[in-house]
Amino acid sequence: MSDIFPKWTNKLPAYLIVGGALVGSAVVAGAWYYFTPKYTRVGYQPIQPVSYSHYTHVEQLGMDCRYCHTGVEKSYHSNIPAASTCMNCHNQVLKDDPRLELVRESAATGKPIPWVWIHKTPDYVYFNHSVHVNRGISCFHCHGQINKMDEVQHAQPLSMTFCLDCHRNPAAFIRPVEQVYNLNWQPDSATKQLADGKKLVAQWKVQSLENCSTCHR
Amino acid sequence: MTMRYFLLGFLLVCAMVVSVAGFRGSLSRRPPIEIFPDMDRQAKLRPQSADDFFPDGYSSRLHVPNTIDRSQPVMVGGKAVFPFEDNPLNTGMQPGTPPGATNFVEVNPLPITAELLARGQERFTINCQPCHGAGADGKGATPRYGMVVIANLHDPRIVRMTDGEIFNTVTYGKNLMQSYAMNLEPRDRWAVIAYVRALQLSRLATVDEVPADQLAALPPNAAPTTNAPPTNAPASP
Repeated sequence: MSDIFPKWTNKLPAYLIVGGALVGSAVVAGAWYYFTPKYTRVGYQPIQPVSYSHYTHVEQLGMDCRYCHTGVEKSYHSNIPAASTCMNCHNQVLKDDPRLELVRESAATGKPIPWVWIHKTPDYVYFNHSVHVNRGISCFHCHGQINKMDEVQHAQPLSMTFCLDCHRNPAAFIRPVEQVYNLNWQPDSATKQLADGKKLVAQWKVQSLENCSTCHR
Repeated sequence: MTMRYFLLGFLLVCAMVVSVAGFRGSLSRRPPIEIFPDMDRQAKLRPQSADDFFPDGYSSRLHVPNTIDRSQPVMVGGKAVFPFEDNPLNTGMQPGTPPGATNFVEVNPLPITAELLARGQERFTINCQPCHGAGADGKGATPRYGMVVIANLHDPRIVRMTDGEIFNTVTYGKNLMQSYAMNLEPRDRWAVIAYVRALQLSRLATVDEVPADQLAALPPNAAPTTNAPPTNAPASP
């Protein structure tokens, strides 16, 4: 009887098992590593129309976040300031600088500056800034050390598990309300954070909300 | 032999994916890929974004003329004052002041409480300190970067100003200072004015006004020289 299957086919099942396992685990590993906001969103740093530096304004000049983001304590949306806010100082500082051309034009005509939106949650997420900042969740927790960024970059994944990590255990993150806008503040230690956090959670009756409708309406 | 080629190809593909896709957290100028876009972006308006629904493309609408925001009243002495009312709280002037006149109210319409001063201190730190300085002496951070003529709020001219006129300055701006009406609601403006008055008082106080139990904390040469000679003040240690 002649060979229907050549001799090398004896090794075929082994090849298929080893190859399949390799390719399969590579695909799983790739999806795990790449199909997450930790990869797709973190590090997003678009070129903005005006090269505004948070480092200069916050870290060097010591300005408070709320000088510009006036709505953050009152509204679900933390607003980009009107160009007139920039002109409070820039009608004198860097008065004729070409980098501020768009700001001057916007202040004079009302034409919006086309800032690129970086921290963009999905449209079915109803995140409320005011309720977080008024109860000890700092800008830092979601936006990172904006005060150290010359150009803003997406610092945290802002994925659903990112929100839930804190919603499940707020005591590990909540901080004294007077330190919310101090992006350099660090708890003395993790144990102290947890102890103080527990006190604040009890004092403010912070609920560990994990219901779908907390964020999705 | 085949296995060797396969492994080589496999490693090559892995290396290619990593070199094209990079690592987590690496900086990228391109907008994030939305792998499962589902309903991430919906046909609805989000604040401050461009949208074709309105002809001017603004999703956040400007006021219709002669309307105001939906608002809460401020309680002044048990009476609710709404933002559209001709009331000293909103205008800094006596009720019925004709347009163009400057019939400023002398004193803050709000009762001065510790809560109001704390609010004033917080709002002062946010909005005023960058230029006027933490002590309101005109020595903030911005003068070092080219801001000229920052008022020293301890200037006798400003100390003597009525509260209503300061309110007017904050609301409409003055000289190079722009309006802060958008940053400070009327109640916050009065809170800031109350705090500025407290700062001014801190530099005009005399030893007589220091509570007796705190006199010991004064440095030995803190005796005032101008306003009131300390005739009967107890000697500082």
